[in-house]
Amino acid sequence: MRATAETVQVTQTLDAKGLNCPLPILKAKKAISGLGAGDVLQVVSTDPGSVADFASFCRQTGNELAASNAADGVFEFLIRKA
Amino acid sequence: MTNVTSLKTSSEPTTSPGEFSPAERQKFDGWFDARFEQKMREREAARTPSMAIIATKGTIDWAYPPFILASTAAALGYDVSIFFTFYGLKLLKKDLDLEVTPLGNPAMPMKMPIGPDWFRQIDWPIPNFVKSNLPGFERMATALMKRTFRQKGVASIEELRELSVEAGVKLYACQMTVDAFGFDKPDFISDIAGWVGAASFLPMAQKSDITLFI
Repeated sequence: MRATAETVQVTQTLDAKGLNCPLPILKAKKAISGLGAGDVLQVVSTDPGSVADFASFCRQTGNELAASNAADGVFEFLIRKA
Repeated sequence: MTNVTSLKTSSEPTTSPGEFSPAERQKFDGWFDARFEQKMREREAARTPSMAIIATKGTIDWAYPPFILASTAAALGYDVSIFFTFYGLKLLKKDLDLEVTPLGNPAMPMKMPIGPDWFRQIDWPIPNFVKSNLPGFERMATALMKRTFRQKGVASIEELRELSVEAGVKLYACQMTVDAFGFDKPDFISDIAGWVGAASFLPMAQKSDITLFI
């Protein structure tokens, strides 16, 4: 089953719609630093580049990308803080 | 009767005192290789990556790369330093009055951020003599680029600089440039980590994984 905001307990949501590189990443980083381990940040963006960027961001920072979904030009990322 | 010499040669034919037998040697090599790989992996995982950038340009188009890369690298957990020199020093002024010009910059598109889509797509072929003679042309080109970026959700330089400082990016200003161009230190932001020279930047760059000249 695919992880979505319905199946994963989301701690906080970041609306990054309309923002372009690198703002979604920078804002996500800021939001994550305010969370505790195991908390999940949901990021919603419209930047097509953010799909690869959030995967890379999570690999590099050690946080888990629990889900990366796309529908109608809107991208959703669920990031579980390590 | 056996003597000492013949005993030794029969049990350890190729080994002298203090050396490993081939079997021991092979076992040790295997252990060392595995341990070495493990230690290197631990070291790599514990190490903080770093980046050192030299920012030398003071126009809007050249201001973006250092601040985008620095703020993003900081978000990825890197230690980041930027050394601002020559025209790059303008990027550290409190009042960021940056401009951009398509004159001598033929790859810069001249598009209108207003009107219907077909109109916005036109890359206006403006001759150089117009670019160089029309008063206020740079102001107009600057305003167009800023407006286009705002519409596309691209951060302003001010915003990226603030985010960089907030994320711990260290900003160094070139002392020589300040003296040579007669800049006033009070005109610069207070977040400058140091007014330094090449001899201070190079050791930072030497320890960095990534060094960029922009």
